[in-house]
Amino acid sequence: MRFLLQRMAFYLFTAWAAITLNFFIPRIVPGDPVQSLISRNQGRISADAIASLRVLFGLDSDRSLWEQYVAYWGQLLHGDLGLSFTFFPAPVSEVIGSSLPWTVGLVGVTTVVSFLLGTALGVGAGWRRGSWIDGLLPATTFLSSIPYFWLGLVAIALFAGPGSFFPSSGGYEPGLVPAFDAYFIPSALQHSILPAATILVSSMSGWILSMRNMMVTVASEDYITVAHAKGLSERRVALSYAARNALLPNVSGFALSLGFIVGGTLLVEIVFSYPGLGFQLFQAVGSKDYPLMQGIFLIITISVLVANLLADVAYLLLDPRTRKS
Amino acid sequence: MTISPSSIEQVIPGQGAMAQPSARARRRRFRFVANAKAATGLALLGVYVLLAVIGPWIAPYDPDARSADVLQAPSTRHWFGTTHLGQDIFSQILVGARSVMVVGLIAGVLATILSVLIGVTAGYLGGAADEGLSALSNVFLVIPALPLIIIVASLVDQAGDLLVALIIGLTSWAWGARVLRAQTLSLRRRDYVEAARANGERTWRIIGFEVLPNLTAIIASGFVGTVIFAVMSEITLAFIGISSVSSWNWGTILFWAQGQQALAQGAWWWFVPAGLAIALLGTALALINFGIDEFVSPRLRTGGRTRIRTADGRTVRMRVGFTPVLAPTAAPVEMQDTRKDQTR
Repeated sequence: MRFLLQRMAFYLFTAWAAITLNFFIPRIVPGDPVQSLISRNQGRISADAIASLRVLFGLDSDRSLWEQYVAYWGQLLHGDLGLSFTFFPAPVSEVIGSSLPWTVGLVGVTTVVSFLLGTALGVGAGWRRGSWIDGLLPATTFLSSIPYFWLGLVAIALFAGPGSFFPSSGGYEPGLVPAFDAYFIPSALQHSILPAATILVSSMSGWILSMRNMMVTVASEDYITVAHAKGLSERRVALSYAARNALLPNVSGFALSLGFIVGGTLLVEIVFSYPGLGFQLFQAVGSKDYPLMQGIFLIITISVLVANLLADVAYLLLDPRTRKS
Repeated sequence: MTISPSSIEQVIPGQGAMAQPSARARRRRFRFVANAKAATGLALLGVYVLLAVIGPWIAPYDPDARSADVLQAPSTRHWFGTTHLGQDIFSQILVGARSVMVVGLIAGVLATILSVLIGVTAGYLGGAADEGLSALSNVFLVIPALPLIIIVASLVDQAGDLLVALIIGLTSWAWGARVLRAQTLSLRRRDYVEAARANGERTWRIIGFEVLPNLTAIIASGFVGTVIFAVMSEITLAFIGISSVSSWNWGTILFWAQGQQALAQGAWWWFVPAGLAIALLGTALALINFGIDEFVSPRLRTGGRTRIRTADGRTVRMRVGFTPVLAPTAAPVEMQDTRKDQTR
């Protein structure tokens, strides 16, 4: 329990750091992009919305930095992230709310599946060092060196196209209304196969390699020799003795590298025009929609923190030592 | 990328038998390169560095020059085909190599310096300084780096190469710092460090001359890892059109290919060469990193032959932790022979 509380305190601290960073970035960078946007949209934005944007981007310079910071927090706690310029006059929180489920579904599921699959292959590669799986390692290295988005482009060129089963863009058939029914779900699944496969292929090799290396290290421990000497079956030694211990560093590595992975996988959404946060961020960048960009950054960071917490819970379940003290 | 000069010099020169030490010294010097993975990676990287230096000079065309050959497939005149404006893609790739390598190098050096400063200081000093610095690097580790880089870079209008490199370098040092801190923690209580401290050596000297040389491999592999990340990030920024699109790098080529619907027009030559160039560079750097890993911990090497026939005709699968007896009579004799060789 203590372990979990410590981790939660750390994540709260990180969330505070990310929000503070978000507060300072537009204030440090020279120039006033938001001011120009506001004046360009003069007359179309309500006075309330302008006031909220001024707080978010620090345009009210007559107030002290501390007052600005307090006002910023007050606004965030009300869930007010400002207005989106691209989807005017929708508030940023609404835009993010509509795209978050897509990202959680695609990126979340594929990241977990890629970790599980890669780890399983890594157990095999490490236990039977020098078998054919070792021969696959250079190939997976090459695949993981390819930028996610480029692999997506190639996948579209090869597999999608007119008359193909795989659609090249979008999250569902145009004309369908998002709902949990027999028309929408299959269409959404069909649209997610290609992006999911792209993410899987390029993100799996890291897990294979790290798990293999951990297995090789663990395999020479004394308790493995003892387990062999007891006459336990090969399978039991490999899974319950070696893999179980080799898994622990891999799980903490998973938690730590989530930030890197999520950043990369968001790009796949751009290539496939998948209606998630990554594609939204891309559109926001293209139209210089700063409120939406900052809101997306905050939400991505907080999602990664929550995922980290879940990984810590998994670690807690896997490692009895953390539960004891 | 090679091991530090001090550890190479340790091989005593000129003492003992006549030819042997120099031969062994030479073998040691190239031991890192002898690793097939590292050698392949270094050779590939060498080609890229060469291209970065001479690329703009040997490019057959001006990468911006338009011509009448619009959207042509690869031919002898245009090796990698042309764009929608008739620009030569081969020239764009050659010219773009310099920007990619320069950004990777600057960001890698900056992040490595930061990670050494923060990681080693935290690990060596311990106490409150360690708590603070570790918390800082953990925060940077957990915050998704790429979205952060995108946000910062997009606030600056038309970010140039140097600025992109600085932003990437300043946000990607955390992983290296974490690894270095862990290793420093295990080094600081070693006997030779204690001895240096007991001798009254100053702290900066202990860190610089006792601790740092033993971290060389980790620093090198951290540097290579950061360069991979920096190159990918730079290309991503260019691809989504944040950094300046007027200067060429491989991401810019992909940006135009995507923007002009190269896929829909079937112009595969527009985006395939740039992607392969990136992937090969990434592979080269990753191979160097595997080489460093295996150099530091030989156990990770992929075993050659693992099924071995024993004297009584059965086959045994070699595995770490097991030492099968292959030929009961021959093995000890062989061992004695090698020992004799070494003492002589």
